Amino acid sequence: MQYIRSAAILQSLLGNIGRPGGGILALRGHASIQGSTDIPTLYNLLPGYLPMPHAHEHEDLDAYIEADSTEKGYWAESRSYMVSLLKAWWGAAATPENDFCFDYLPRLTGSASTYDTVMAQLAGETNGYFLIGENPAVGSANAKLQRLGMAKLDWLVVRDFSLIESATWWKDGPEIETGEMRTEDIGTEVFFLPAAAHTEKDGSFTNTQRLLQFHHQAVEPEGDARSDLWFTFHLGRKIRERLAGSTDPRDRPLLDLTWDYPTKGRHAEPEAEAVVAEINGWDANGDPLSSYEQLNDDGSTACGCWIYCGVYSDGVNQAARRRPAGEQSWVAPEWGWAWPANRRLLYNRASADPDGKPWSERKAYVWWDEENALWTGHDIPDFAENKSPHYRPPAGARGAEALTGLDPFVMQADGKAWLFVPSGLTDGPLPTHYEPQESPFRNPLYRQQRNPARELHPHESNRLQPSGDQAGADVFPYPLTTYRLTEHHTAGGMTRWVPYLAELQPELFCEVSPELAAERGLEHNGWATIVTARGVVEARVMVTERMQPLRVAGRTTHQVGLPYHWGPNGYSVGDSPNDLTSVALDPNVHIQEVKALACDIRPGRRPRGADRAELVRDYQRRAGIDDETGTEV
Amino acid sequence: MGLLSESEYDDAPPRMGFFTDTSVCIGCKACEVACKEWNHVPEDGLNYTGMSYDNTQGLGADSWRHVAFIENRSGATPVDLGMPEVGGPPDAPAAAGVRPDLPPGGDLIDGEGKLQWLMASDVCKHCTHAACLDVCPTGSLFRTEFGTVVVQEDICNGCGYCIPACPYGVIDQRKEDGRAWKCTLCYDRLEVGMEPACAKACPTDSIQFGPLDELRERAEARVEQLHEKGVDVARLYGHDPDDGVGGDGAFFLLLDEPETYGLPPDPVVTTRDLPAMWRRAGLAALGLAVGVAVAALGGSS
Repeated sequence: MQYIRSAAILQSLLGNIGRPGGGILALRGHASIQGSTDIPTLYNLLPGYLPMPHAHEHEDLDAYIEADSTEKGYWAESRSYMVSLLKAWWGAAATPENDFCFDYLPRLTGSASTYDTVMAQLAGETNGYFLIGENPAVGSANAKLQRLGMAKLDWLVVRDFSLIESATWWKDGPEIETGEMRTEDIGTEVFFLPAAAHTEKDGSFTNTQRLLQFHHQAVEPEGDARSDLWFTFHLGRKIRERLAGSTDPRDRPLLDLTWDYPTKGRHAEPEAEAVVAEINGWDANGDPLSSYEQLNDDGSTACGCWIYCGVYSDGVNQAARRRPAGEQSWVAPEWGWAWPANRRLLYNRASADPDGKPWSERKAYVWWDEENALWTGHDIPDFAENKSPHYRPPAGARGAEALTGLDPFVMQADGKAWLFVPSGLTDGPLPTHYEPQESPFRNPLYRQQRNPARELHPHESNRLQPSGDQAGADVFPYPLTTYRLTEHHTAGGMTRWVPYLAELQPELFCEVSPELAAERGLEHNGWATIVTARGVVEARVMVTERMQPLRVAGRTTHQVGLPYHWGPNGYSVGDSPNDLTSVALDPNVHIQEVKALACDIRPGRRPRGADRAELVRDYQRRAGIDDETGTEV
Repeated sequence: MGLLSESEYDDAPPRMGFFTDTSVCIGCKACEVACKEWNHVPEDGLNYTGMSYDNTQGLGADSWRHVAFIENRSGATPVDLGMPEVGGPPDAPAAAGVRPDLPPGGDLIDGEGKLQWLMASDVCKHCTHAACLDVCPTGSLFRTEFGTVVVQEDICNGCGYCIPACPYGVIDQRKEDGRAWKCTLCYDRLEVGMEPACAKACPTDSIQFGPLDELRERAEARVEQLHEKGVDVARLYGHDPDDGVGGDGAFFLLLDEPETYGLPPDPVVTTRDLPAMWRRAGLAALGLAVGVAVAALGGSS
């Protein structure tokens, strides 16, 4: 978070936002990770980044809109976006008289992020869990904590291609081996439902550039495998059938849902394009909308995600367009569809100077056409089409009208790039450098060692280590970093079972410098045991000069590198490096810190059985670790 | 010796080949996987090698593309990818707010010369003078109308003569069935106007497919471009029609000596000396026959 905020500030100051070749491209781990926040799997957002309402704080629709809309800029229209979303979900049942069913929405009573959910499982407060294409028993920080949490559930549904570790931890997970868990003691009922791959279903990906690319089914899924869309639709359909005729008011949100997607084929697969059409939205006549600017707050429009409005304009699935590069401009506007409004570059008014002329001919992108009095160029201008660079708002203007012809950052209330936000962040307004939760070094910049607002979840299986010059820090003297390989995908569910990929990276290995190998007696191609206060794993040793010793604060140290893809299941197997990591989270986005921690490394394979857990306890004792360690502000 | 394609095919298409520009290879191995998928080449075992990120080890019956990862400290100038480096300039003044009681932040301790991580996708060279084809007694190995060398799996009888004949050690016998296998340059795809699977899958165009004449021109231009950028180590390998195999149908741009990549520096078609050997053998036989005759005649006199 500190890095990405620094990068955003730097790019803004350099004038590299809104210009071709500028911006920031995050290297993210999933094909549709952008899509999973646009139409979110996140607990605190509704589609199109509308906030999830809180219990009590937002009593009704008016109060909700009041709290989050702005006077100026496009968020001033958030009531239209919200009402259209409610109309998409509850159709005819959503009326002005009932606040468009605003009360049907669940309310937040606190954080329901991944790790808070795990802690709630451990506390016995969460009893059910859906894992859809996710393998937390390998892929999440402190994987042991994840497994312990799942062991407290009543039921667990796993949808994946293969029997991943998150589906079988109860019979063959590491804690079964160490005796920390016994299968007969675990009450969790586990349902495994095989999933269809992207080649076996219609659907779309939204990549990091906000580009939606639709894909068509090539083959029917084999056996019982079904798409996530199939699972969600038919689960909803069956629940609604069970509730039919209910007079209990709490069943109304489910019974009033517009849950009438057409299906096709022998598996009654819902038509993915019908979902695209609903996301795009329609007017009172049922005709597809083409722009979010058409959305109304009186219930006359429905739209499942306002930023995606236009993806089905003219009744055409715009995301399925595949015009070859040679047949269109270099911006390629007819390949897929980008939100918003098929705009490929956000804030692109900034690609022209204050007078509306390109800053340079080489990077001409959009510009003001004085003769025709409109913005034009290679991309869809991210600006009111006919707003002259010389436009100045009249007094009392609101919404987009209140922004001058010089203000490219149209989503901000004042149309300007912001270096920081005055409220909303749970730590300071500007980024800084903190050492990781666990570091062999003191913070060289400030006396503040770690982010004081970080989120910790103290638990006997989530012990933290001493840092810097604290007593016991030398028990874990080496910085450890985890990362990914090209050949495997995150927690391995899509790749470790695939022979052509497994053979390319067949085993967990650790990368160490020749200097560290000499210091610790590690042999190339031999085995190493890596230990933290949470766990111990073994890995094959790769001694390589690519891992170079670091000189920090006058001291030389050595990094240990670990790709994190493995677990005990599948064709290619190995220990899980996330058994080493801790749950210590960024305070704003609740993201785990698994790229930098501290460890010990020693030659040879790790102990088996109960001795495996005993080794970790021994390290905890040697480092003097208790429940307070590492929790200092 | 000319190409068989020049003599045996009427209206043959231009000779097709690969130019593999290793300076833009990112080591993704998409070529290896695409090749196996398209050609149904079997997975051949989970073998952790410790050879950097290369667990394929080499070309063989079950690996028709092989991405080598070479951790090289040759002192040669690596291609500058414009990536940020670790650590600030050594003499930079301390920034405001930096704690004076601690020395400046971390920097890499560099050894002798610059470490390069060379990645290169190797493949059958589809030689102009192909020894594998010369020694094949069944006609299983043949030269296609595209000038490529292909082994026909339904004709190969597994005699194995081709295997020691290859100067690059490419063609290989599959243990399970005894037959010889190697890259076909996706003959089936070429016949319907498609490019080979590996070239199609390559995300950086490190593997380029096309008419060999065009590829050679493109490769010369790329070497010049790299030399202008100061990458003096860039050189072509297998492009020269006057080399020991008459030039390769699949040639390479390398950033170090061929030996660094495990390639022979001066490959020679192993059947080059066969005619001379037969001539000498013939002369010897003739001499022997004359000797025997003379002896016989002398004996009878």
